[in-house]
Amino acid sequence: MSLLDFARGPAIEVALAVFTLGVMWRLISLLGLPWAKDRTVRRAGAPSDFSAGVSGFIRHLWVPKGFGMTSRFALINGYVFHLGLAIIFFGFVQHILFLRGLFGVSWPGLPTSVISIAAVVTLGSLVAALVRRMTSPVMRLISTANDYFTWLITTLPVLTGLLAVSHLGARYETLLAIHILTVAALLIWFPFGKLMHAFLVFLTRAETGVFYGRRGVKI
Amino acid sequence: MTIDVQAATRTFLAQTEEHLVSYLEACVHCGQCADACLFYRTSGDPRHTPAYKLFPIAKAYKGQKWPLKWLGLAPKITETDLKEWEELIFDTCTMCGRCTEVCPMGIDIASIVGQARKAWAAAGLGPADLFAAADNSRDHGSPLGLTAEKLSDRLEWLADDQEVEMQVDKKSAEVLLTVSSIEAMKYPQSLSAMAKIMNHAGVDWTYSTHGYESTNFGYLAGKSDIAKIMLNRIVDAAEALGAKTVVIPECGHAYGVMRWGAANILGRELPFEVLHITEYIAKLKREGKLKLKPYDTPMTYHDPCQVSRRGGAAADARYILEGFATDFHEMTPTAELNWCCGGGGGVQAIGRAADLRHKVFKIKIDQVEATGTHTLVSACANCRLTMDESKLHWKWDGGLESLVEIVAENLIDSTAKPN
Ligand code: SF4
Ligand code: SF4
Repeated sequence: MSLLDFARGPAIEVALAVFTLGVMWRLISLLGLPWAKDRTVRRAGAPSDFSAGVSGFIRHLWVPKGFGMTSRFALINGYVFHLGLAIIFFGFVQHILFLRGLFGVSWPGLPTSVISIAAVVTLGSLVAALVRRMTSPVMRLISTANDYFTWLITTLPVLTGLLAVSHLGARYETLLAIHILTVAALLIWFPFGKLMHAFLVFLTRAETGVFYGRRGVKI
Repeated sequence: MTIDVQAATRTFLAQTEEHLVSYLEACVHCGQCADACLFYRTSGDPRHTPAYKLFPIAKAYKGQKWPLKWLGLAPKITETDLKEWEELIFDTCTMCGRCTEVCPMGIDIASIVGQARKAWAAAGLGPADLFAAADNSRDHGSPLGLTAEKLSDRLEWLADDQEVEMQVDKKSAEVLLTVSSIEAMKYPQSLSAMAKIMNHAGVDWTYSTHGYESTNFGYLAGKSDIAKIMLNRIVDAAEALGAKTVVIPECGHAYGVMRWGAANILGRELPFEVLHITEYIAKLKREGKLKLKPYDTPMTYHDPCQVSRRGGAAADARYILEGFATDFHEMTPTAELNWCCGGGGGVQAIGRAADLRHKVFKIKIDQVEATGTHTLVSACANCRLTMDESKLHWKWDGGLESLVEIVAENLIDSTAKPN
């Protein structure tokens, strides 16, 4: 079995299984915890929990107007690499083919040149995030091994993917195999590290939205 | 004093409820919250970053997750952790909730700090003066020694001095008015001001010597048993009267605990409505029961965090000021986004926190001066005391007023009798 066959076959299959079971385990063990019932009387005219939850999610997409805060850079940079990752993952033709194999649905891809630019921008943005993490005293203090490892595991697929597409450094098949293996690593790490925030963000923002919503707080 | 690490860990783990755990698991360590926090903004000390304040509780929780436990990798809370974080959990968090506003994950740090304090209290570690305030509340009815007898004396004296008819322990009154001992001891006219407004509007109201202290230092100190005792005193008094409404005076945390906490802490719904005094005055105004002379002093309004950002009543203060305070200028930022005074969450009672608290107050002074006014009106006696002390520290000559008092002073015909 060639490295590519291994990557495409057992490696990614095992990774997908770990990812799926792991995420389910995390979510079930979280949602299965006791839920505190709020017995306070909601403010008259307060939105329903559902709409408060949705607006909580939307609200935290950005800092409230008039808040007066300085670190816009991190906020914008965060959007740059999140969007960049999404464009690469969902827009690249090869990825769409892979996803079609899994889910049976597909959509038109973006030109490879666009994907390459997105990958370069994403890499730059990830590097900027790392530099900030390693230089800002606040960030250094609150950063853990999980944060650095997650950074590495997120950056590697972008880097190896870019190398594979540009045929740089080794044979295409080898580069592709390495790329797929880094994706497998990401999938395996996903449920155990902070990548879980991709799921948790819906819960926490909505819960805070409900908390404030029933009190009639308008932010 | 021995530090009971086991008790702290047990208390942490007894609180693993879904909201708390999702918050702890969701933090991406992005650091956005730092700039939102008045303490980090002032000190520039990275340890004052809101997310960092949650590290011990996150650690305790992580320690009980099974894969780590199986592998013997579970982290454990240590005595050093508790000692190091004591200052972060008590002195440098007013539970103002400002950090939540910028958190991309929407993590409610303030409520977790409130939960975490219980673990420190269980370990027997925390600011002695804050703990004493809680114990005094349990033993003497109030953190500042306002016993029932003292309250009666004060009210009698105020009735005389301020020429206002007082209602004390009036049977089956509709509205139970509570006090904050900070007002009673430092700003007693707040008590007569509330009475004047109630009388003016013809409300069937009373103070009670059985349940009067609305500040809840049990909650602020992380002493749940005392928190319950304090709540029960008021709830029992209100139930004995059959009161329809309990009014919380100018105290933000008192309002937060009674309005948005009591039913959950006591585990049952309250048989009465809870309103902050600003909500109640706004209600009287809406019903056309308030006749006011205009208040012309150029002023700005300080939102108590627990009333506005965490209480949802920011609009009511504005409604009172509308058409009454003719020269009112909003601060920037204001209402739900306002900066805390620096003394909320019991920090006011922590002596060793005073230095930093004064520095924090610079934010407020700058905010007031930027409005071009020179008078800061608030609706929280705890904010007012914090501001008074810091004002003295900075020799700032701005005026500090209470919203309730300026309303009371400008009532037209304030001698009306209660019905
Ligand atoms: S609640 Fe307020 S004081 Fe506490 S960490 Fe957040 S911003 Fe700072
Ligand atoms: S802003 Fe929120 S997610 Fe970011 S470090 Fe602070 S608490 Fe964590």
